[in-house]
Amino acid sequence: MSEITPELVAHLANLARIDLGDDEIQSLTTELGQIVDSIQKVQEVATDDVPATSHPIPLTNVFRDDVVGETLTIEQALQNAPEHADNRFKVSAILGEEQ
Amino acid sequence: MSDIIRMTAAELAEKLSSREISAVEATRAHLDRIAAVDGDVHAFLHVSDHAIQQAERIDERRAAGEQLGELAGVPLAVKDVLVTTDMPSTSGSKILEGYMSPYDATVVKRAREAGLVPLGKTNMDEFAMGSSTEHSAYGPTKNPWDLTRIPGGSGGGSAAAVAAFEAPLALGSDTGGSIRQPAHVTGTVGMKPTYGGVSRYGAIALASSLDQVGPVTRTVLDAGLLHDVIGGHDPRDSTSLRDEWPSMAAAAREGATGQVLRGLKVGLVREFQGDGFQAGVKSRFDEAVQQLEAQGAEVIEISAPNFEYAVSAYYLILPAEASSNLAKFDSVRFGMRVQPEGGGTVEQVMSATREAGFGPEVKRRIILGTYALSAGYYDAYYGSAQKVRTLIQRDFNAAFEQVDVIATPSAPTTAFKLGEKLGDPLAMYLNDLTTIPANLAGVPGISVPIGLAPEDGLPVGIQFMAPAREDARLYRVGAALETLLDDARGHTLISEAPALGGK
Repeated sequence: MSEITPELVAHLANLARIDLGDDEIQSLTTELGQIVDSIQKVQEVATDDVPATSHPIPLTNVFRDDVVGETLTIEQALQNAPEHADNRFKVSAILGEEQ
Repeated sequence: MSDIIRMTAAELAEKLSSREISAVEATRAHLDRIAAVDGDVHAFLHVSDHAIQQAERIDERRAAGEQLGELAGVPLAVKDVLVTTDMPSTSGSKILEGYMSPYDATVVKRAREAGLVPLGKTNMDEFAMGSSTEHSAYGPTKNPWDLTRIPGGSGGGSAAAVAAFEAPLALGSDTGGSIRQPAHVTGTVGMKPTYGGVSRYGAIALASSLDQVGPVTRTVLDAGLLHDVIGGHDPRDSTSLRDEWPSMAAAAREGATGQVLRGLKVGLVREFQGDGFQAGVKSRFDEAVQQLEAQGAEVIEISAPNFEYAVSAYYLILPAEASSNLAKFDSVRFGMRVQPEGGGTVEQVMSATREAGFGPEVKRRIILGTYALSAGYYDAYYGSAQKVRTLIQRDFNAAFEQVDVIATPSAPTTAFKLGEKLGDPLAMYLNDLTTIPANLAGVPGISVPIGLAPEDGLPVGIQFMAPAREDARLYRVGAALETLLDDARGHTLISEAPALGGK
């Protein structure tokens, strides 16, 4: 059995910034438990002598000249913002009262 | 002319070029078809309101004697994962409802430059997470062969649009099979190019080391024609390969002669021959392989012992990368914003927005990915999955020392019923059993229709895979088999699809 508990799911949801409801935490605990049990078989063959692959086709760093290219205008960058003011994205308070 | 919609893109292109048919006529015929059948199929999330005007411009340019691309005037359906300046792009998610991109995806830009006419945006599982299109926030697409069944996923909308003759060509994206599995269940052709062969700029990212954009069509040649338009290096995608690519359409035309099959070494994966495959999928696959043999191909059994770990590795790597990619939906720069009751800090707004804006499968995978990447679990899960990736690449390398292409069924079963696997994520994940290895290794794969399963009369596809950069080989082999089967049958498989009532 995996170690997926409702407390762990709630912690992960907080890390992922998703305000899950209690019923979602319950169902995800069961589902994730089953999924993790099934996929942890990767550990059977992932021995120390096998190097990790992060990218399917090996590429070295891609550089370009440090010149201004085609960029979005301020209007374009802001056109989908839920709220903006003075050419900036507008958000609510960064810190809450308890902070 | 109602038979405009039955033409392949290649046939239509020829009649456009000879001015027998105008781009406006071609576009109108497809818009009429969408109006007639899409109420049932629901392949489209958005239908363009200015496609006719774009077609008019193509006709004007042609009338003025301008030299246009081979596909100029041919309509195109665009998967909603690809951003477009003139139509909303939602990636099947509520969190992006109404989003209007300030730029076009490179593949869309190239298609426009080649004179293709975008008809609309096609339905998909939310952020391309799924194998049935049932995870779309806007309702599922139906399989044109049987409206009670799934059209595959995540690109079920693109495959269904093409299968239902609503568009001759469509664009898809494939992270674990999202082009090839829908092709399999809808009797159409789907190609996942070599990783880096087609630009991902403007494709709303799911898992960046796996995602690849490719063509969805009714014939192998049509896929090649569209691949030639969208492929090639793009400086805006840092993973884009600088290779000079041969013409995929030329490869398909060459393949249709059948010469390529003589002496072709076809590998069958031992590990994909056991249980878990529907009888009719297996029998059609075996028959297709026998056809290849009869034309001089040599069939060789290969072993890929690590393929059985591919699905597990995939469901660690994909959620990990997705959880990171989807962090950008923060309610600040674009997309939905939900205010918690009584207001809140920016983080509380973000959490309320993501709770309201993401569907259950997206939440499941973000939480899973967050787990796989979190301190204390990283090595055991994400790290191990990356090692499996190396082992799968080694399996491919060993196999391609012996064979030219690998053949597998494109998916384990034919189209299942809508709702059948929705409550069982693990069963849903196994749909991509045979397609996932290609994404993990970055190699190209194509699904070509081979027949109907006797037990349910639903389409079955064969998948061919080739070494990285050998996309043209897949077009040669795919076109050779397609021609062989069409000649034997006397008609195309898709022509057997039931008529859609529509109105």
